[in-house]
Amino acid sequence: MKKHTIAVIVNDQPGVLQRVSGLFGRRGFNIESITVGTSEEVGLSRMVIVTTGDEQTLEQITKQLYKLIDVIKVIHLSSNPIVARELALIKVSAEPAARPEIFGVVETFRAAVVDIGTHSVMVQVVGDTEKIDAMVELLGPYGIRELSRTGVTALNRGNSR
Amino acid sequence: MVTQNATLKSKEELMEKLRQPEVITGSEILLRSLVLEGVDCVFGYPGGAVLYIYDAMHGFSDFNHLLTRHEQGAIHAADGYARASGKVGVCIATSGPGATNLVTGIATAYMDSVPMVVITGNVMSSLIGTDAFQEADITGITMPITKHSYLVRDVDDLARIIHEAFHIANTGRKGPVLIDIPKDISANKTLFKPVTEVSIRGYNPTVSPNKLQVDKMIKAITEAERPLILAGGGVIYSGAHEELHEFVKKTDIPITTTLLGLGAFPSGEDLFLGMPGMHGTFTANKSIQKADLLINIGARFDDRVTGKLSGFAPYAKIIHIDIDPAEIGKNVPTDIPIVGDVKTVLQIANLQAKRADKADAWRAELLASKAQYPFRYKDSEDELKPQWVVEMLHETTNGDAIVTTDVGQHQMWAAQFYKFNKPRSWVTSGGLGTMGFGFPSAIGAQMANPDRLVISINGDGGMQMCAQELAICAINNIPVKVVILNNQVLGMVRQWQELIYDNRYSHIDLSGSPDFVKLSEAYGVKGFRATNKEEAKAVWEEALRHPGPAVVEFVVRKEENVYPMVAQGSTIDEMIMGDAE
Repeated sequence: MKKHTIAVIVNDQPGVLQRVSGLFGRRGFNIESITVGTSEEVGLSRMVIVTTGDEQTLEQITKQLYKLIDVIKVIHLSSNPIVARELALIKVSAEPAARPEIFGVVETFRAAVVDIGTHSVMVQVVGDTEKIDAMVELLGPYGIRELSRTGVTALNRGNSR
Repeated sequence: MVTQNATLKSKEELMEKLRQPEVITGSEILLRSLVLEGVDCVFGYPGGAVLYIYDAMHGFSDFNHLLTRHEQGAIHAADGYARASGKVGVCIATSGPGATNLVTGIATAYMDSVPMVVITGNVMSSLIGTDAFQEADITGITMPITKHSYLVRDVDDLARIIHEAFHIANTGRKGPVLIDIPKDISANKTLFKPVTEVSIRGYNPTVSPNKLQVDKMIKAITEAERPLILAGGGVIYSGAHEELHEFVKKTDIPITTTLLGLGAFPSGEDLFLGMPGMHGTFTANKSIQKADLLINIGARFDDRVTGKLSGFAPYAKIIHIDIDPAEIGKNVPTDIPIVGDVKTVLQIANLQAKRADKADAWRAELLASKAQYPFRYKDSEDELKPQWVVEMLHETTNGDAIVTTDVGQHQMWAAQFYKFNKPRSWVTSGGLGTMGFGFPSAIGAQMANPDRLVISINGDGGMQMCAQELAICAINNIPVKVVILNNQVLGMVRQWQELIYDNRYSHIDLSGSPDFVKLSEAYGVKGFRATNKEEAKAVWEEALRHPGPAVVEFVVRKEENVYPMVAQGSTIDEMIMGDAE
């Protein structure tokens, strides 16, 4: 199944997230991640949804989304070059002796240590999904205590729209 | 004429008066807005959260309010009103249980694209989210079964919301819109100014088609050797029956209409092949499977029409005309998609439509097939056959009645044996298949068409799901003729259990039903019963002559099945012909 990233521009109205997520749920469309925030225009929010499916499913997702009155625009971002980013906060077990090694990993990934506790450090990493997956994998052996990922937000590159 | 002009003038005067800006309550805004939207009849049931609204209705006479005996009756009546008139059906219920009692009716309307505005009360804004008495999140509950919904948060928004709701309900692909009004909003006052313009950024249905696509259709028609039209409810909802007729005349292409499309094309014409699908005609189903060009006009390739999808119309190039782009390609891959309003599309197509000249042999073949395989049943002189009863209803009314049905065997027999010639004469729950719909929808259809004969055909099962509305027929003298085809069993379930579950009859026996004649009379409605042909003709004539509502129970054969039948999972040309063989 191919992965697709779509942006959905919606009215900033109560219940709009429920309308969109409910639509995915009841029609059996998959949501891998969903992010919502304000957009460039007052009164409109931008959702970025990562979903999987064949072309026909993607077409249905787009058409069904357009049937929602609060949906203004649906953009298939991944049909063009995109910048896609997510952020992860990873709390890793880290006794003082293990820290230099962890800091080495963090530096190589251009990530950052944003908090240090007596037995742990918190790492912040920003990047595409693959980079974050890799980071999580590398930190795994040290013991990940907590992990929080934002899900993907994305825009098309420079002139591609 | 004088009185009519006077009525018109007073109506215009009333509208003018209502358009004047004035500080009034949310409830008064609601009533005024409904009148300004052209509403003349509302179906409803009061309760705590709509007390202000009903208080404003005290002594109000600018539209009719029909008090049903159950919210379910109200919503189905509003649905029947909408289907039989083309106007928006309106229904009011209170919060909590009042609102949740509407859910089946809203889903019914949504599945069949029926325009409705559903008003519910809710608890005070300050109580929302506290599990207050009779609180239910009805906008949340109905999100998957409404075209759109509003929870009103400010009385200043109310007039705009009502106007938008009517616009959304009755344009594009039509459907129900819900407006949930918290109790305080209905009491709050504000300056009412009528809203006449609509601007909804995310809602712009495509009405005019891409002309190049229409050109492609015209070309495909001239090339086709076995073309076929499949027309659906969209033709009726778009008011395009005349355009469809012209299109068929010009192209000379045989036509089949879906269950909801019955009445979109006169059934007496040569090119009409009847209904396709699970209980469709032999010829309609065979023709779909043999066609090299299938033009779907306002139908949605429902599974009851297509049967097994992978084997559906295997040789056909598919053209699909639909106002809802999401329907195109949803179930059946489409070669020529045409998004637009059916009426507009056909008007454009009719300017250049040419006869399908290569299809003469095909036409002859289908005409012969149609003559050879009409809907059939084995008649009996000992028992009443339900098909015979429907044929009698048709003959005695010249096919001119508005017929509403419930869901099940009687629905299919009505579709098969009542021959429709006019649009908006057939009211049935096709998509959701809602039992309990038949009788209350007839009340709505009659309210919308006071001068037409309305017959409601029901089974003994569905009739008991909304029988309480006999009361409002009696009180308001709504002259619906209610037919009950009583086979003392849940017939369609019995049929499936017989044919597919090996005669294992499980929980289908309806013996113990009330005496329907006595039940009717308990409500003050005239009741009749017939057990043989002679009685049937006599009591039906009497019921027709009776000026008010009447219930006629026909005691029919229990074991009768609907044929042809396409078993679920089969292609539509694999028909069990049953008695017709």
